[in-house]
Amino acid sequence: MSNPSESTATIDALVKSEYQHGFVTDIEMDRIPPGLSEDVIRTISAKKNEPEFMLEWRLKAYRKWREMPLPNWAQLNISPIDFEAITYYAAPKSMADGPKSLDEVDPELLRTYEKLGIPLHEQQMLAGVAVDAVFDSVSVATTFKKSLQEAGVIFCPISEAIQEYPELIQKYLGSVVPQGDNFYAALNSAVFSDGSFVYIPEGVRCPLELSTYFRINAANTGQFERTLIIADKRSHVSYLEGCTAPQRDENQLHAAVVELVALDDAEIKYSTVQNWYPGDEEGRGGIYNFVTKRGACLGTRSKISWTQVETGSAITWKYPSVILRGDHSIGEFYSVALTKHRQQADTGTKMIHLGANTKSSIISKGISAGRSQNSYRGLVRMSPRAENARNYTQCDSLLIGKQCGAHTFPYIESRQPSAVVEHEASTSRISEEQLFYLQSRGIDPEQAVAMIVNGFCKEVFDQLPMEFAVEAQKLLEISLEGSVG
Amino acid sequence: MLKIENLRAAIEGKEILQGLDLNIRPGEVHAIMGPNGSGKSTLTRVLSGDPRYEVTGGQVEFLGRNLLEQEPEQRARGGLFLSYQYPVAIPGVSNIQFLKAAVNAQREAQNLPPMDALQMLERTRDGIKQVNLDESFLQRPVNEGFSGGEKKRNELLQMLLLQPHLCVLDEADSGLDIDALKVVGEVVNGMRAANRSFLLITHYRRLLDHITPDHVHILTAGKIVASGGMELAEQLERSGYRGLAA
Repeated sequence: MSNPSESTATIDALVKSEYQHGFVTDIEMDRIPPGLSEDVIRTISAKKNEPEFMLEWRLKAYRKWREMPLPNWAQLNISPIDFEAITYYAAPKSMADGPKSLDEVDPELLRTYEKLGIPLHEQQMLAGVAVDAVFDSVSVATTFKKSLQEAGVIFCPISEAIQEYPELIQKYLGSVVPQGDNFYAALNSAVFSDGSFVYIPEGVRCPLELSTYFRINAANTGQFERTLIIADKRSHVSYLEGCTAPQRDENQLHAAVVELVALDDAEIKYSTVQNWYPGDEEGRGGIYNFVTKRGACLGTRSKISWTQVETGSAITWKYPSVILRGDHSIGEFYSVALTKHRQQADTGTKMIHLGANTKSSIISKGISAGRSQNSYRGLVRMSPRAENARNYTQCDSLLIGKQCGAHTFPYIESRQPSAVVEHEASTSRISEEQLFYLQSRGIDPEQAVAMIVNGFCKEVFDQLPMEFAVEAQKLLEISLEGSVG
Repeated sequence: MLKIENLRAAIEGKEILQGLDLNIRPGEVHAIMGPNGSGKSTLTRVLSGDPRYEVTGGQVEFLGRNLLEQEPEQRARGGLFLSYQYPVAIPGVSNIQFLKAAVNAQREAQNLPPMDALQMLERTRDGIKQVNLDESFLQRPVNEGFSGGEKKRNELLQMLLLQPHLCVLDEADSGLDIDALKVVGEVVNGMRAANRSFLLITHYRRLLDHITPDHVHILTAGKIVASGGMELAEQLERSGYRGLAA
């Protein structure tokens, strides 16, 4: 017979699992010395063979960034970051000339991807996923370019788009997240090295789920990707993003910017599974994940949907948002954030209702374990023009153990009397009764906790594409179980 | 099958079971009757290993092994089943997913290959008819929004699928209408076998009109105070617990 405190001990043991993607790939890197200056930005721009307008754009961002104070308003405890100690550009040397095909890609790199479980080869065809893999700063391989080209879809590294489609870049880059939007967005605008670019032409339903795997490999490197997705009128695209990083004792900075643009009747679905290295049990190391993600529903009846599963990073600071400009446009945010050890997450969304009859829904599920802190922070703004706009928000928190924290900060600003804003929130602990019920049916405690947590997250997982939903469930189970590191 | 000797158990420092003895042989059906607070539910929880209860003395042997040193999941895999009076809801976990996990945990313990979702659906089809539930219950979250009667039927469905050696039914009749009560009777009677035993916990005699027990015990203040056959249940109905305890 076990005593009452033991079941708590079991749960604690479950959340102390180790990080599985903590290997380092050993390849020669082409990197510039640490630190940031106008010269560094010129070097980055030159290495990328960028047109003049791009360099000017970056410099403008840099000058704004220098004037900006560090943000300090989130519920986070951040040790100071030395921006002069970061290397702002690192690329595998063998990539200096760019690979022409997969055969030319460093096999060591491909093995890294294999370890991560990203199939880059022919099996991709069966899965129907096109991958634009970003390894540190350079895109390694883009698959399925051809079948996408036939549909008229552009899916390529953003560095390539800057050269090939400068008119689209000039029109849309920074149109949703301006250079001076916030400290980290400004930094990203100045130094971003690569990322993905997607353009779906009018009336096209993208034939594949598009997917990018980002990976930070080099030590002391910040990763600053930039993603821009444009869905033209009546088009449709689903985009998947997955992230992991090697295990290191020092903290690494990840400051990405993602911009989405949906024109009339277009729909963009953006799904993220983020599993950056969270740091060890004592809070040493781990990724600082400071990301600006924002979509603009520019067109009438357009729709943008964010789904995120966040299990990694020492600190996560991100608020995928939607600006609902077009009348009848729809914004959605579905989020699962799991924190353990000493992880801190401050995540949520902003739904800015500008157009009439706009609708938004927010479903946020926070799971806290260990000594972690998990906050939901969300803003719903109804502007004077947003007649009959509606929002529904539901924030649920689940606590595992007694040393963690869950916080909810909903901000509601309504300047339109016909707009309706609904907010529901709940906080609960994993119940011993549920755990015991499952155990008394022969299910072991690890699996029982995973089942309960997965059940708690179901509404969000239901939003993910099938394969991703399975991966997200597995990731959650791995994060919770005491698995082999 | 099950041998309980001088069992003592407490919750939050309060001793509920105060030296309970019970011996159930293979194939037998035992009924324990007793007033509120006599320790009936505590007995079921202690047998299945609820960590909130502390065993303060005595021994329990189940199929020749020391039951009290096993984890709850080991007891279940070993063939012990508890049908709960108020089974808890598990939001977001579909009933079929839960049943599959339970059946596969048991199969793993028996070195059998796991069942996939399709096999599982096939396997549940008969059972779900027997307990008179709609197939849509398989896709609904475990016990969520189920009525009292539906929860009880769902417990019976699990019992049918797991085919335990010892079935402990905690107040399987409470809150049931006459049709549902019949279902309980049919399922239990249908499962009676030479190598399977039942322990029925009940307040009232009416369940015993549907399932005829081999032995009836009266539990008051954490001890069995009287044992006998059906005549004991009848006597109880006439004189009440007070009459018996006196």
